[in-house]
This record gives sequence, C-alpha cells and structure tokens, in this order.
Amino acid sequence: MSSGLYQIRDKDLDTTLDLTRLKPYGDTMNDGKVQLSFTLPIKDDDKGAAAAVLMAQKMGLADPNVALRQKLDEAFTFYVVYGSLTHSINYNEIVVQTVADEAMDMHETDEFLKERLGRKLVVVGASTGTDAHTVGIDAIMNRKGFAGHYGLERYEMVEAYNLGSQVPNEEFLRKAAEVHADVLLVSQTVTQKDVHIQNLTELIELAEAEGVREKYIFCCGGARVTHALAKELGYDAGFGAGTYADDVATFCAKELVRRLDK
Amino acid sequence: MLESKLNLDFKLVEEARAHASRVADDTQRFIDGCTTVAVERTICRLLGIDGVDASDVPLPNVVVEHLMDKGALPQGAAFWIGNAMVETGKTPQEIAEAVAKDELELTALPTHSEDEIHAALDPIVQDSLAKIRTRRKRREDFIASHGGEKQGPWIYLIVATGNIYEDVVQATAAARQGADVIAVIRTTGQSLLDYVPYGATTEGFGGTYATQENFRLMREAMDKVGEELGRYIRVCNYCSGLCMPEIAAMGAFEGLDVMLNDALYGILFRDINMQRTLIDQSFSRAINAYAGVVINTGEDNYLTTADAVEEAHTVLASQFLNEAFALRAGLPEEQMGLGHAFEIDPDVENGFLYELAQAEMAREIFPNAPLKYMPPTKFMTGNIFRGHVQDALFNMVTILTNQKIHLLGMMTEAIHTPFLSDRFLAIQNAQYIFRTMHDLGSEIVFKEGGIMQNRAADVLHKATDLLGQIEQLGIFETLERGIFADIKRPRDGGKGLDGVVNKAAGYFNPFLEPMMKGGAGK
Ligand code: B12
Repeated sequence: MSSGLYQIRDKDLDTTLDLTRLKPYGDTMNDGKVQLSFTLPIKDDDKGAAAAVLMAQKMGLADPNVALRQKLDEAFTFYVVYGSLTHSINYNEIVVQTVADEAMDMHETDEFLKERLGRKLVVVGASTGTDAHTVGIDAIMNRKGFAGHYGLERYEMVEAYNLGSQVPNEEFLRKAAEVHADVLLVSQTVTQKDVHIQNLTELIELAEAEGVREKYIFCCGGARVTHALAKELGYDAGFGAGTYADDVATFCAKELVRRLDK
Repeated sequence: MLESKLNLDFKLVEEARAHASRVADDTQRFIDGCTTVAVERTICRLLGIDGVDASDVPLPNVVVEHLMDKGALPQGAAFWIGNAMVETGKTPQEIAEAVAKDELELTALPTHSEDEIHAALDPIVQDSLAKIRTRRKRREDFIASHGGEKQGPWIYLIVATGNIYEDVVQATAAARQGADVIAVIRTTGQSLLDYVPYGATTEGFGGTYATQENFRLMREAMDKVGEELGRYIRVCNYCSGLCMPEIAAMGAFEGLDVMLNDALYGILFRDINMQRTLIDQSFSRAINAYAGVVINTGEDNYLTTADAVEEAHTVLASQFLNEAFALRAGLPEEQMGLGHAFEIDPDVENGFLYELAQAEMAREIFPNAPLKYMPPTKFMTGNIFRGHVQDALFNMVTILTNQKIHLLGMMTEAIHTPFLSDRFLAIQNAQYIFRTMHDLGSEIVFKEGGIMQNRAADVLHKATDLLGQIEQLGIFETLERGIFADIKRPRDGGKGLDGVVNKAAGYFNPFLEPMMKGGAGK
C-alpha cells in the first residue's frame, strides 16, 4: 500500500492542538494533510512523477503521494499530490491589518454624520484605468446596493458620484476637485500582471504631484484587494470580497471626523 | 414547424420578430445616412492599405485622419483614393505612404469623373473580394475533406496569456485535448483604441492584442494541429469596440472563423457611443457574412449586471434584435451565434429548470442559428469544487437542448484566466457529459403546463411586450432608458462619437453591396 493516503496513523503524532505550532488538518489533529495540484512542463512518465514528488518535498511535504498524473499535451503533465506539511506556524503571533471600525448601518451612519460632520459626505467612485468592471463599485454605490445592504446613493447624508468604468486617473481627480470630494473610491477587478497595482499606484502618485493626497480619503476595493495591500500602496483603506456600503461608509465617516477633530 | 417541447406560442414568436424587424428598419435608415472613421479605415484596408508610418500609426489611420482634417470624409475614403489612383497611377498603398510622408494631399488633386474612379478601383476591389472568397473556400474544403462538419456542440475554449506565442502553445494543447474553437481574448483596453495595433504582440493584460499578424500566427498554428488531428479547428476573435469593421476585414483576410460581434455590447459594456457602434456593426457584419464567419452575439453579458431570472426576457428580446440587424447586413441564420448564458443564482430553487427552459426556448425560436451558450461566471466563486459542479449542470443543458457553440466553463472562473490544467478538466467534464447523455434530450418531454412550459411562455410574453415598447421608443431611446442590462447610455455620450460623419452626396463604399449578398457573393 502506498504511503500517505492509506497510511496507518503515525504512533508518535502528538494530537493535541497547539496554536503556537499550527498545522493543517486532514482527519487527525496535526496530521498536516494538504492537497495540491500543478502542471509541470514535462512529458508524462515515471520520471515526471518523481519530479512531482521532489517538487512537493521542496514545498515541505512529507510522504508526498502523486494521486493523479495526467498528460495534458506532449510536454505538459498535470499532478494531484497529497502530503503532510512539515512546517508549522505560530498562530498567536499573527497581527492582521483590518479596517478597525465596527460597521454601522445606513441609519447609524446618517445620524453620525448629521451630529458630527453637520453636512453631507461627498464621495466620488469609479472603476479606473482600463478596467471595465462596474459590478463591484455599483454594489457599493448604487441605491439598491448589494445583498440587502443599501448603497451610498441611498444615504441621506452622502452625496455620491459614481463615474462608472474605464475612468482615467486624471479625470477621476479632476471630478473629485470639481465636486469638492471628501472621499475617493477606486475599484479594481482585473489583476493580471499586476495591472491593478500599477494603476492604483499611479493614482496616488498623481494625487501627490497635484498636492491633493492629504485632501481626500482614498479607499480602494476589489476581489483581490486587501487592507494590507491598500496601505502598502498608500491608500487609507482597502476592501475585498464581501464588502458592503456599510463598511466603507462607516470607515469614511469616522475617518473624516477623526481628521477634523485633530 | 418543428414540434415544440415547450408548447410555445409561435404566433407570439412571429409578432416578436415583426417588432424587431421594424426596429431594425428604423435603425437602418439612420445607419445608411452615416459613415465612421472605422468604416473608412476598413475600406482602406480592403483596398490593400496596411503597415504603419514612422511613428507607428497604422496607415489606414493616417489616410482617414488626413481626410478628416480636410473635412473630406463625407465623400468616403474610396472616392479620394480612387481619385488619387486616376491622377497619379499609384496603388492605394503607395498613395497612403505618400500621404504619411506629407508628399501628397488627396483633396488638392483635381477631381475625376465617377466612372474613371470606379474603373480604377474595380480591379482592386475584385482582387480583395477574391482573396476573402479563397479564404472561405479553404475552410469549406478543409472541413469537407476531413469528414464534414462536426455534429453536436462545438467545444469553445479561451486562451488569454497576453503573449501570442504563448497563446499558440496553449491553443495547440487545447485543440489536442478536444477543443473545436479557440478564442483569443483581447487585452483589457483594446476596445477603446481607435486603431488596430500592428504586428505580433507579446504584452497584454487579461488577453492578447487583436492584430492581423496575431490572427495569422494563430490560424497557421491551428491549421497545423488540425492537419495532425484530422479535423478543422476554428479560430475566434473579437470584432467589437471602436474598430469593429476593421477587425472583421483583418479576420476575413486571415481566415478567422468566428467573431464576437454584437450590435449593442460596446454601447452597454464599454460605453462606446451608440451611433458609432450601430453604424460600425452593420459593415462589420456584412464583411463577416461574406467571409462565412459565424458571429457571436453578447446577450449573455446582460446577465452579469442584471438578474437572470428577472431579466431573461431582455435576453430573448435582444436575440430578436440581433437577428434582425444581422439579416439586414446579409448575414444568414446559419452564421448567427446568438448568445445566452447559464447565470441563475445557484440559490434559486428550480433554477436549473429555468435555465433548461430558456435554452430550449432559444433553440426552438432560432432553429437554424448555431446558438452560443455561455457558462456560469457571475456566481462562480473561490469554491472551485462547487464551480466544477455548476459547470457540469451547464454542460447538461447544452447536450439536452442542442446548443452549438459551447463555451466551456472553468472552475477557476472567479480567480484567474484559465491555466492549462483548468482547460483540461473543463474539457473532460464536458466530454463525459456529452458522451453519457448523448441522446437524453430526444428521450424526454416536458410536462404539459409544468414549470418549464410556463416559464418559457412567461419569458416569451414579456419579450414580445418589450419589443413592442422598443418599437415605439426606437433603439436610441431604449438604450437611453437602460432597458438592456440595467445600463443607461446617452445618445450623444460615450466614446467615438467624433468619428461619426454624415455621408455627402456621391459617397460610396465599393465593398458594401457585394458583401451584403452574404455567402461570398452567392
Ligand atoms: C461580470 C464580469 C465581467 C463583465 C463586467 C460587467 C460590468 N459592467 O461590470 C464583463 C463581461 C464586461 C467582463 C469583462 C471582462 N472581464 Co470579467 N468578470 C466578470 C465576473 C464574472 C464577475 C465580476 C463581478 O461582477 N463580481 C461581483 C462583484 C459584486 O464582486 P467584486 O467586484 O469583487 O466587488 C465586491 C468587492 O470586491 C468590493 N469592491 C469592489 N470594488 C470596490 C471598490 C471599493 C471602493 C470598495 C470599498 C469595495 C469594492 O465590494 C463588492 C461587493 O462586495 C468575474 C468572474 C468572477 N466570478 O468573479 C470576471 C473576471 C473578473 N473578469 C476577468 C477578465 C480578465 C475580464 C476581461 C479583461 C476579459 C477580456 N479580456 O475581455 C474583460 C474586461 C475588459 C476590461 N476593459 O476591463 C477576470 C479577471 C482575471 C484577473 N484576476 O485579472 C475574471 C476573474 C474572470 C476570469 N477568470 O478570467 N467581466
């Protein structure tokens, strides 16, 4: 019987959960089981399978089991591999960058803005650069919102301008100046070859060159955007999959008030 | 009349067609009065003008901009080039090169009679048409000598590496695995370029540039692997954006077989001006008709922004409109890959039944069209394992309802453009289902007055009503009101309006008439 999949449990395996030495879980604590699949640009033969095993060992897998090797073309083979991860990590040491504020709903945000800002929050949003995806920014801005959460256009205390897609960064900043924006919302969906990073960086550089970086709150979002990435690129906040208008509105309202209070 | 599993009301179908037909006639009157920079550049290309100037501007752009600057475009590029040919005795290419070097001012030459101009152009026009006919015949002969056309769905796969040479590697692998159609997705942003880049390209985002050289490279590679496999591999690209007809001409020269070519997609999804797109689509479809290219329309996209249950009737209405527009450009039903998609939220109870009803309805209403059926995209998530099941359900609908151009769904749709292995798994999934359910469609009937019959009747009713409303409004106001895809577009907004001009008296496009006859002039 091959090792890995059908292996009788390792007698020495310590099965108590230790968060300082966290490992993946298959069916037994600390068994470290993972599954992965990849393609190698080589022909399908025993040597290829041996290459896949070596590859998995280098990734830190013990007892790699090539469950499938499948010829894709003369010089391409696909492998499905199972193994036990030898690495562990200390879960307790992890610090995640998140947008800190607890989300308020639309009414709470409206009330907060009425009391603390005393005027409408002006928000300009767009899917910028060559990106033609609007569903993400619409989910945040359109009246009807997304998954039962109203969008910014419906907020009594938000003046929202949705510029749509494929908006050049220059035009985006021009519009922001024209309507005296407080907040700029950028959506980026296409990430191939890091085109979103280039485009997001260009916007911040342009804002700096025009001396308006500090004038606005810059938020970006998209399926592949995280808060940590946004911070790294010089944004105030970043929002990924599953974001609602509530999250963004809360952050922007509180952030603006924090700035004014300084 | 074929037997309807859905018990469709074909009187209503006729009514819907009649509405669509009148909308198209009304729109055609507008189209016939105008031309665009893209149409004129296409005429330049068809007259043999190609290549770029010293600063990489394509020569068709140089000539058309030259005429635009002089306010001379309303007479049409063919007039001015023909006139220059009579005057100088040069070929269109030589004339374009001279314009690029500022050595020739087309509008400063003495004007010759229409007869002389036509006589000068005619051999070139005939030559160009013959070139396209030869391409078409080559495809037809290849298919005939390799066992004829494939029965059942064509497996359609996308390559999108950004690098044409890498695309060729992936496409070759896909063909060997079973693909019948290879589509090279275009790079982000190309649809908004008002020119077609020149030469082979290796840089693109989310896709690869559509250039004539890239077309040639892919066609050559698919001919090679097609010979090896003993079957014809179709090549597909995108005839959309600001260069619709130009890309059609390039595809016709290079033997492309399938083109995405929707009458409204650019307006809705790229914010291209509606007047511009409607004029451009008309000539692009005439070229596709002549070249024997199957067009794919883009109704499936509506469902990425609008709800597939609520808005299903807009898909059907748009299919009727696309059909009517295409017929006016001489495109036969056999070349109309009308589009639709499997995009109902997986949380909807009986969602599969609605999908099946919609697909069967499209099949029965457009019996001769090679329908293009798109896989789930919007509700594909990071759960690739569920995604593979969604794609399996989609594959079932195709085999049950006899869809033709079957765009394979990838389980990694929500994450990246396909990996080599994604494509393999998708083909395996489809082939398994197509094999084991091969004749299931002809074995089942739908319950009289059941969920599916009722659903189809409902969608057909709503579509017919909508088309009646569109007939009242006209196509422009329909688009202004956001009836399609929930997207509103102003008549004078969007990109490319500055490239639209009214034709002057005496305008002519020497290719339009022969091409409108479709079927390589048959
Ligand atoms: C719908 C869709 C389209 C539609 C878009 C219609 C429209 N008007 O938007 C159409 C058909 C036009 C389209 C075109 C293309 N698409 Co597309 N498309 C999709 C699809 C199916 C769904 C995307 C979507 O709408 N998600 C739903 C929304 C609600 O989610 P979201 O965007 O993540 O938004 C949420 C959060 O991220 C966040 N958020 C997003 N933006 C912002 C902004 C701010 C400020 C905040 C706070 C939050 C926030 O909040 C939202 C709600 O929670 C995905 C595949 C998939 N299933 O994900 C591919 C996908 C995104 N597309 C892709 C590609 C490559 C393209 C094209 C480039 C293909 C081509 N070469 O032609 C073109 C785009 C051309 C261009 N110029 O951009 C790739 C991207 C690959 C990559 N990682 O780079 C994907 C992943 C498909 C794939 N596997 O190839 N597409």
